[in-house]
Amino acid sequence: LAQMESGESGTIVSITGGRGMVTRLDSMGMRVGVDVKKVSAQILRGPVTVQIGGTQLAIGFGMAQKILVEVPE
Amino acid sequence: VKTILLMGNPNVGKSVLFSRLTGVYVTASNYPGTTVGFTKGFLRIGGEKAVLIDVPGTYTLEPTSRAEEVASKLLEQGDVIINVVDATNLERNLNLTLELIRREIPIIVALNLWDESKHTGISIDAKRLEEILGVPVVPTSAISGEGIKNLVSRIDEARAGTFVHSEEDRWSRIGSIVGEVQKVSHRHHTVLERLADASVIPATGIPIALLVLLAVFLVIRVIGEGLIRFVFEPIFERLWAPVIMRLSRVLTEGTFLHDVLIGKLIDGEIDFVQSLGLLTTGLFVPFAMVLPYVFAFYLVLSFLEDSGYLPRLGVLVDSVMHRLGLHGLSVIPMFLGLGCNVPGAMATRILETRRERFISATLMAICVPCMAQIAMIVGLVGRYGMLGLSLVFGTLFLVWFAMGVILNMILKGESPEIFVEIPAYRIPYAPALFQKLRVRTERFLREAVPWVIIGVLAVNILYALRVVDWIGKVAAPLVTGLLGLPREAVAALVIGFLRKDVAVGMLSPLGLGMRQLVVASVVLAMYFPCVATFIVLIKELGIKDMAKSAVIMATSAVAVGGILNVVLRAFGR
Repeated sequence: LAQMESGESGTIVSITGGRGMVTRLDSMGMRVGVDVKKVSAQILRGPVTVQIGGTQLAIGFGMAQKILVEVPE
Repeated sequence: VKTILLMGNPNVGKSVLFSRLTGVYVTASNYPGTTVGFTKGFLRIGGEKAVLIDVPGTYTLEPTSRAEEVASKLLEQGDVIINVVDATNLERNLNLTLELIRREIPIIVALNLWDESKHTGISIDAKRLEEILGVPVVPTSAISGEGIKNLVSRIDEARAGTFVHSEEDRWSRIGSIVGEVQKVSHRHHTVLERLADASVIPATGIPIALLVLLAVFLVIRVIGEGLIRFVFEPIFERLWAPVIMRLSRVLTEGTFLHDVLIGKLIDGEIDFVQSLGLLTTGLFVPFAMVLPYVFAFYLVLSFLEDSGYLPRLGVLVDSVMHRLGLHGLSVIPMFLGLGCNVPGAMATRILETRRERFISATLMAICVPCMAQIAMIVGLVGRYGMLGLSLVFGTLFLVWFAMGVILNMILKGESPEIFVEIPAYRIPYAPALFQKLRVRTERFLREAVPWVIIGVLAVNILYALRVVDWIGKVAAPLVTGLLGLPREAVAALVIGFLRKDVAVGMLSPLGLGMRQLVVASVVLAMYFPCVATFIVLIKELGIKDMAKSAVIMATSAVAVGGILNVVLRAFGR
């Protein structure tokens, strides 16, 4: 997710993180199999903004690195 | 008495619904996590009275943050739950609904933001949803009041849901529910949505943020100065001054009562800033110097809150805040602190770790002057133009940054990452905005006016008892030597504990030069929070952390003041 370009969409393949992080992400609708669209990234490894369904979330860069997204060619 | 809980995700209009149901005012804002404490109110259903609790917004019943801990604890007390669901965001919201259904508690669903969902091209079959879940579903629009009556009349129908599912398959089940009840018609992006995206992309977001901040300060200045020049000063000068002059002649100058009530006459006239009497300075400072700016600030802040801009600002400044051991959302307590440090200190609760709360509370208490203080500093140092003002505020900003970097290095632990919902932009609902503005302004007056009067009274008494002289002698080496201030400035530092705006005002009759004014303003801002903030900080941080914080404040204030004194002197100011 951290490496995606802004505007790109893809499907979450895996989330490597502690149980706490996975639960928090899950409760806000971010889980394996869900489609995400990257809205923006900030300079200096700042947070990543994503769109999931009707929700926009801002996610810290470190967390975004732990979320693997498959982007269709 | 029945206890009803109002539960739902953050930012779904729960607090507005709460105030609709109870008639009690609650601060509701368009950023996640406003209600960390909970609010209780009463509500009448038919002839029966019931307790209504506004539970902090939560995404799940598994506690992952402080707000969610409060929520899951409150759950045990509830007889009935009104589950507030954001109709524009059905899928994510149903997760909590299903969790509640698994707990087998009587539930009624309020499908809120109904009007907004229609505008965004979403149509939901509420009847069908009711059949699937097995609990009543009532469409509502808390802001317009639509559906509220219907909701109240159906509270008695609340029941445990019949939707059987397991925790593992809930998302797929939610998916099929949404597929069945919701139709989304395709439509073009609205202007607000385009703006929403633009404000989180760096290339457009940073200029937008700068424009917003510039607009904030311009609007505050224009409204604040306008109110002072055209409303409050004329009232005091034309209406109040003659009354006081008459009273002055009756009391005769120099008597004790005259000193306390009216203070000194300057050239035979009343000077509302310098006379230092209860009926002169004691009223003029809170009403004519501070209130206009506080009012203007809260107007702008309430607008920003309700529009949903603040989390976006948090995202943009996140990288910078990480250098200070904080994440972007800590910009919210800092920003609130600019109005008054007390709500700023309370807002540190939205941060997750103790370390973050300590850093942000300390930085705010030291380096973020409140609007009352800013107004007085502008009034006093402003006569030296932008140079004087930028010296004061530039120093505070530098200290804020440097101190944050230092604290981040010294304190163990790391800064957690930002993870927050970015709410859709909403055009603030005017009645709610003005209600909030009114409550905040009233609270300011209730809390500020007595303290200003106590402050002025304390100064007069301390002068009369020569206590100020005594403290002045004791603290003279520090104040006159290190900071280069006259001995009389000690009185201002003493009063600064009570009220910083009065303290800054007290510098005015001392005839200080620019260097001294700048040093005194900076030291006053930094050395200690005012009593009200101090008490709230003890509550938020605990005594031990607050003591640490206070030591940091006092030492850094003296150090920075000393350095500033030397540097400015070197430049011949």
